[in-house]
Amino acid sequence: MAEALPRLEARQLTARFGPTPAVRDVTLTFRANTVTAIIGPSGCGKSTFLRCLNRLHELSRQASVDGQVLLDGDDIYAPDVNPVGVRRRIGMVFQQANPFPTLSIFDNVAAGLRINGRRSRRDVAEPVERALRGAALWDEVKDRLDANPLGLSGGQQQRLCIARAIAPTPDVLLLDEPTSALDPIATQSIEELVQELKRDFTVVIVTHNMQQAARVSDSTAFFYLGELVEHDVTTRMFTAPSEARTEAYVTGRFG
Amino acid sequence: MISRVARRRLQSHVMTGLTVVAALLALLPLFAIFADLVLKGASSLNWDFFVRNPPAAGATGGGVANAIVGTLLVVGVGGLIGLPVGIGAGVYLAEYPHTPFARTVRFVADVLNGTPSVIAGIFVWIWVVRPMGHFSGFSGGVALAVLMLPMVTRTTEEMVRLVPQSLREAALALGYPRWRTTLQVMVRTAWPGILTGALVAVARIAGETAPLLFTALGNLNFKTDLLQPMQTLSLQIYVFATSPFAAWHRLAWGAALVLMAMVLVIGLLARAVTRSRLTDG
Repeated sequence: MAEALPRLEARQLTARFGPTPAVRDVTLTFRANTVTAIIGPSGCGKSTFLRCLNRLHELSRQASVDGQVLLDGDDIYAPDVNPVGVRRRIGMVFQQANPFPTLSIFDNVAAGLRINGRRSRRDVAEPVERALRGAALWDEVKDRLDANPLGLSGGQQQRLCIARAIAPTPDVLLLDEPTSALDPIATQSIEELVQELKRDFTVVIVTHNMQQAARVSDSTAFFYLGELVEHDVTTRMFTAPSEARTEAYVTGRFG
Repeated sequence: MISRVARRRLQSHVMTGLTVVAALLALLPLFAIFADLVLKGASSLNWDFFVRNPPAAGATGGGVANAIVGTLLVVGVGGLIGLPVGIGAGVYLAEYPHTPFARTVRFVADVLNGTPSVIAGIFVWIWVVRPMGHFSGFSGGVALAVLMLPMVTRTTEEMVRLVPQSLREAALALGYPRWRTTLQVMVRTAWPGILTGALVAVARIAGETAPLLFTALGNLNFKTDLLQPMQTLSLQIYVFATSPFAAWHRLAWGAALVLMAMVLVIGLLARAVTRSRLTDG
């Protein structure tokens, strides 16, 4: 794993809401085809950091970002870069499943393909099926592709959102606490899915659940009070961390 | 001695009874008006009522075909101007809520919403009727558009703001440009609500009389030329009800019933749109 190429790199990244920094001077590398978990107590800036990686943070009111994020070596915050193009290469799945209620299951998955210009149902049928299979949802929805997504269960809706995010085959997939609203069985199926996804994507998952981080990730980054405390291979982070604060957190002494 | 539970139950019944009485009192005028209109207006309705024009003063027979067509035309012009502008402004307010311009527009819309409708008539008389040199159905439509504009703007804004921000983020994270996010996700999701608000606004302006006195003016003849003075049901009711002729009084009752029925149909349409949203969602 350590040999894999860096796909995404944050360099001295600081994110603010107004004058208040929520993320301070974070430098972190995500290697290709690995799963990186970001853990830390509530309010430690892990979600804000994630939202900087696809330029979503800057859309919040009074939000600003300093530093660099390199995607395959190119800074996505360079002045001539269009954030819309960046977001097409870096997919994201949110804490609450958010399928488009006005679109069918099929059209939800096709949404990201259609902004790139391909339009007819025949054109997108194949990548839509591939994405739904990739999200382990195909067998459950193949007979009701034209149904409203809000008729699906919470776990199915979240897998639909994963299918929607991976359909345009982004380079990186950001998952922001994707199972926090799900029951244990739905959570397990998403976690198994994350293991599958890393074959094709570089995955970054924010989670407040340390067991989840230990189960799904190759490396883990621990955030505290907006700063990156430690980043290492997951097994080492949970057995022999070098920082006292990391050890205190992973052993449940605070947070 | 009554137990505490019994006393509470009694209190509950009394309060429930009071709210029922209040609800009945609120409905009473509505049903009284409706019953009156049906009793006095239904007898005026016949084939002639819908296809003939009003009789000369004092004569009998005839109908209000000119006013029915005029209402559709004037309200149509009002909707054609007021709905696109109002919906557009509402979407702007919802999407850029914190700009100084948006705050100003919102404030002006609220003030305009509380302005008496006769003011809209005088305003349009000054800016449209006087430059044109004569009254017209078109200027009536403009006056109605001015009236519905703040209503449509604010309901559209509210409806778009009800769409969860998580849907906006879903679209942006997929790489939707801002304008597509607004139109294809936010407005599209809010569309049934926007449509309901639009229909309610149309129903509101359909019965307006005061602003039309200075603009559409009224016309006893059948006109489809929007540049000519034009009759509407509301103007017809006003003129005929205040006349001394029994035949015109009967036509006024009939016109009132037809106008109420039109508003009722629009209201039912609005409800149908709302219901389809609920079952889809």
